[in-house]
Amino acid sequence: MATKNKKLSLKDKYQYLTRDMAWEPSYQKKEDIFPYERFEGIKITDWDKWEDPFRLTMDAYWKYQAEKEKKLYAIFDAFAQNNGHQNISDARYVNALKLFLTGVSPLEYGAFQGYAKVGRHFSGAGARVACQMQSIDELRHVQTQLHAMSHYNKHFNGLHDFAHMHDRVWFLSVPKSFFDDARSAGPFEFLTAISFSFEYVLTNLLFVPFMSGAAYNGDMATVTFGFSAQSDEARHMTLGLEVIKFMLEQHEDNVPIVQHWIDKWFWRGYRLLSLVSMMMDYMLPNKVMSWKDAWEVYYEQNGGALFKDLERYGIRPPKYQDVANDGKNHISHQLWSTFYQYSHATNFHTWLPSAAEMDWLSEQYPDTFDKYYRPRFEHWQKMQDKGERFYNNTLPQLCQVCQVPTLFTEHGDPTQLSLRTLEHEGERYHFCSDGCCDIFKYEPEKYIQSWLPVHQIYQGNCEGADVETVVSKYYHINIGQDNFDYVGSPDHQRWQAIKGNRPLGGDDDSRDAA
Amino acid sequence: MSVKALYQYSAEPRDLQANFNGMQLVYLYWPNHLLFCSPFAFLASPEMSMGEFCEQVVRPAIAAHPQAAGLDFGQAQWQLNNQPFSPDPALSLAQNGVAHKALLTLRVPGLDGIAGGAI
Repeated sequence: MATKNKKLSLKDKYQYLTRDMAWEPSYQKKEDIFPYERFEGIKITDWDKWEDPFRLTMDAYWKYQAEKEKKLYAIFDAFAQNNGHQNISDARYVNALKLFLTGVSPLEYGAFQGYAKVGRHFSGAGARVACQMQSIDELRHVQTQLHAMSHYNKHFNGLHDFAHMHDRVWFLSVPKSFFDDARSAGPFEFLTAISFSFEYVLTNLLFVPFMSGAAYNGDMATVTFGFSAQSDEARHMTLGLEVIKFMLEQHEDNVPIVQHWIDKWFWRGYRLLSLVSMMMDYMLPNKVMSWKDAWEVYYEQNGGALFKDLERYGIRPPKYQDVANDGKNHISHQLWSTFYQYSHATNFHTWLPSAAEMDWLSEQYPDTFDKYYRPRFEHWQKMQDKGERFYNNTLPQLCQVCQVPTLFTEHGDPTQLSLRTLEHEGERYHFCSDGCCDIFKYEPEKYIQSWLPVHQIYQGNCEGADVETVVSKYYHINIGQDNFDYVGSPDHQRWQAIKGNRPLGGDDDSRDAA
Repeated sequence: MSVKALYQYSAEPRDLQANFNGMQLVYLYWPNHLLFCSPFAFLASPEMSMGEFCEQVVRPAIAAHPQAAGLDFGQAQWQLNNQPFSPDPALSLAQNGVAHKALLTLRVPGLDGIAGGAI
């Protein structure tokens, strides 16, 4: 480099930041410094072939992020001062935020920890720096999400103890165990799980619905957070694709290992996103698009093109992709039915879709909604009209791997539940699908340790033997405030008051007027 | 397969019957009655008779379904872990071979759900 040229080019700067801050160890063995790099079986012959996905130096990073923060917090302040929560489409929308805050934001924190860890454990300096930068991004995301949603905590229930709930509440073991599974794997599997399968293949199915949902429903704070995170997400996706291509190009022995991880993490991500499916189809008062349409655009089309591109490395599309494609017609309805009947044990409200919403669902799901799901909702409506709102008072069977209740139906037969079971070393285990059963068979010792919320309650580890005690004492869900049906809830009554409508009693069904 | 690790990886199953204070888990699936989103998970004593289990544990759990009212467990065609099963209602769950974490499938002729199994 020319010494008289004081200003370095971006490329030179990045070179200094990554490669020139690394060194060859002289008195310690490289394997001892980077002990996790080889045990997964991934063979790296030349780290110099790593193409830096970010090319962002620290000074540029700080400057860029600081500018974004300034704008973001100015909008949060304006949102709070102008009582922005009063301008959302309907208070039912806030329940999507409750799900996001307890289910997704803690994963951002998990990602911060995960990337900090793997950012220590690669011997390639380029990969280390990329992971460390993503780690900082993830910490920023969890903070800005909390700040975006804290305003809602002042006006609505169920947002008061998200971190505690994430560790304990039954359905939050689904996202929590997903991330724990990834973080307890080796560094290459972690990147395949989170950077590739989640950030690259599936992230649009999470963030586009949430951020468009926020925009369609007047939540400017969340929209702004979404925009602020978008440029980070673009970098994260680049890292996801780079790590896969790098592993595949380094050694042909890596191909079957990577293929197995893609199969596993596609399926785990798909199961996790079933929570988003019900959010899109049922929880947004103003709908963006159906889950089915989102799946077709973001997975079948975009994912299809991606896996075509990866074909030349010997990678095929994920196993059980056909089951997932078939599921696009069903899972949102199945999930919402489940949360509807277990709404006494959730920190958010559920409700029956209105007549107009059911017509929208019929249009979006012409082959399935009227046949398999409308009769159920109409039956529940009749029960609710009689003052017998349906709650399922028995705990559900959970899948040993994804930890979702075993509620999904068979591929090709939507009237039969998809149930799988096997015995391993004298113990019986149950699964929701062949996908989850395969994951178990590959690493049974890992999943025999699953902390299944239902079994923990029955073992007496959750501060009570009945649902009410567990929900209030162990989960910190305020009974009668945070849980049960939306209709007649304190959130509903408060919203009516904000809109100047008459206050409601518990049995007055005014969802259409809301 | 097994977990790849840098050390001898071994683990205890978290849900051994010994952890349930003398009780056991029993799951029950009632096909074509999707009012209930998934099979039920019950905590039951292995000493409980199959007849008591049906009347005291299963019946209250399914009571909200319109087809539960007249259900005669004597007519039931059972499966145990997907195999045909003829339990003796007088014998205990353990004596009937309903082990910890067993899945029972309940079918009663004529009770095939409502609206083609949607409810």
